[in-house]
Amino acid sequence: MATGISERGEPLFLEFFYFLRKQGLPVTAREWLVFVEALAKGLCAADLYRFYAIARATLIKSEKHYDLFDQCFAHYFAGATAPHGFAKALDEWLKTPIPAPQLSPEEMAMLEKHSLEELKEMFEERLKEQNERHDGGNRWIGTGGTSPFGHGGQNPAGIRVGGGGGGRTAVQVAAKRRFKDYRNDLVLDTRQIGMALRRLRRLGRDGVASEVDIDQTIDATARNAGDIEVVLAPPRENRLKVLLLMDVGGSMDPFAFLVSRLFSAAHKASHFREFHSFYFHNCVYDHVYRDARLHDRMSSDELMRWLQPETRLIFVGDAHMAPYELTAPYGAIDYWQQNESTGRDWLKRYASHFRKSAWLNPIGQRYWRHPSISIIKDIFPMYELTLEGLEDAIRELG
Amino acid sequence: MFTNFTGTDDYIASVELQEAVNVALALERPLIVKGEPGTGKTLLAEAIAKGLNQPLHTWHVKSTSRAMDGLYIYDAVQRLQDSRFGDKDVGDIRQYIRFGALGTAFRAEASSVVLIDEIDKADLEFPNDLLHELDRMSFTVNETGDVHTAKSRPLVLITSNNEKELPDAFLRRCIFHFIAFPEQDLMARIVRVHHPNVREALVQEAIARFYWLRNLPDLRKAPSTSELIDWIGALVKGGVKESELADRVPYLGTLIKKEQDLETLARFQKRRGR
Repeated sequence: MATGISERGEPLFLEFFYFLRKQGLPVTAREWLVFVEALAKGLCAADLYRFYAIARATLIKSEKHYDLFDQCFAHYFAGATAPHGFAKALDEWLKTPIPAPQLSPEEMAMLEKHSLEELKEMFEERLKEQNERHDGGNRWIGTGGTSPFGHGGQNPAGIRVGGGGGGRTAVQVAAKRRFKDYRNDLVLDTRQIGMALRRLRRLGRDGVASEVDIDQTIDATARNAGDIEVVLAPPRENRLKVLLLMDVGGSMDPFAFLVSRLFSAAHKASHFREFHSFYFHNCVYDHVYRDARLHDRMSSDELMRWLQPETRLIFVGDAHMAPYELTAPYGAIDYWQQNESTGRDWLKRYASHFRKSAWLNPIGQRYWRHPSISIIKDIFPMYELTLEGLEDAIRELG
Repeated sequence: MFTNFTGTDDYIASVELQEAVNVALALERPLIVKGEPGTGKTLLAEAIAKGLNQPLHTWHVKSTSRAMDGLYIYDAVQRLQDSRFGDKDVGDIRQYIRFGALGTAFRAEASSVVLIDEIDKADLEFPNDLLHELDRMSFTVNETGDVHTAKSRPLVLITSNNEKELPDAFLRRCIFHFIAFPEQDLMARIVRVHHPNVREALVQEAIARFYWLRNLPDLRKAPSTSELIDWIGALVKGGVKESELADRVPYLGTLIKKEQDLETLARFQKRRGR
């Protein structure tokens, strides 16, 4: 046992490696070799708990994967932890979770909190009623969703299906699922969007000169016949300004949650020099609005005078409307807009004023053949409002 | 040699953390420690250095830090300045090379501990720029062509607050540990280390109250370990008795730092009072 390899031999661990990969953990061969090296040095000394700790430290590089790793470990080294009977079939359902909605603390509080007894009763009742796999929603057992049953979802008083609890042996500790709050494969959360937005920056020198500019100093000193002349330059900082224009109301309502998340992430991204956001309904015309209820308006002309072409423009909207709203004068859906220029002309003015812009669309790409969407797609580079799309858009804007 | 880190008298480490440190020591690989603020990531480096009885070189990363800064800085301005007076040999570039934390550790005869604190504060590319140097534990001073290779590889501890994702290539080369928020019994031991002479009853009651507060569902910024320790310090100085903690939270300002959270707490206390 000095090498830390059990009597079942090395293949046991290799099997474990493939098991982890099969469960979707991004363990690489390189990391595996590090793990084996640690075992070969006799670090775990035949103690399963230490073995667990070493495996986790060498193989898993994000707390987001701790939960899955714990489950895998518990499963692999103790056999199935899933309860007997139909719960086993249930476990099968639960293996491939779909994205769960992320609830704000407020929403969490709003969800009714059942007592454990109530939950158990409801659980059994629903098992009787339910006869197929179910994802999302707020009632059935399955993955995602806000029902108190199942996993990958959120309910403050939920029953977990599968897993165990108890003492301090490695398998039991692993089975406790202490890290399930850190998972993020299930949701597109504010932090992810924030991370993506952070990539949006342009470093430049502006402001108070407080750093020595070596090249300039040498140059100035040489010109000064060797008498030192120190030249200062402002430190590098992000000077990117961002303008976010958001479609509200009507067909955008189903996406309100997603958009508000992007909005709050953008607001929190404190690294922009300036961040401005305005609202519009369906398309921008003579005015944009400071508030989502479209009361406090500002003229588009004024906006473009105020914000220089360097400002990055991000539109968020489904671009889904009647084509005349884009192509006809006075075509705005809201009567009071009274637009002399067509929506398309306004969009083109925005596109030509701002040097770099992008349109984020919560509607999936396969529906982009809709007439109004294709018109707008010709004016602005359009991306899906997903993490991937956002990253592409940011590359375009960067 | 010390190859078994078990925490120190004033630093309590979980088994997982101990193992992570030991693996990093044995395999001579950098250790990344992640965790929410106030879970003792920076203190860990001091504890390891103390445990190993080795010097600690700290590099506080800032948003403007470049990977090169940790190795060395070439002080061109000083050299230019000296060139005016001729009292130093400006032909000798070596005297204008200032070594950073990593550079110093690589050049030292004995091994040491290097703390790269809050690596996620820097540019996204920053960790990648360090890959080669951390792998080889050696670097070249471009100005002189000198190659410095570590004689005994230092333990490099890297902390991250999770502000930015670290690149995969970087993570693959490191040992990783996430410091989870301590559970109540571990917390009691941590508090004991900082307040050895406080009455047990007060500590228990304060910890219970702290976890109650931390688990309020609507809290925007939950209080951390270091805030709990400060709070207990305040309770002791203020002569607060454990019985007084039952229905109010004295010196709330040490635990709750956000206006909204104070409102949340007021709401919950009202409900509790009923």
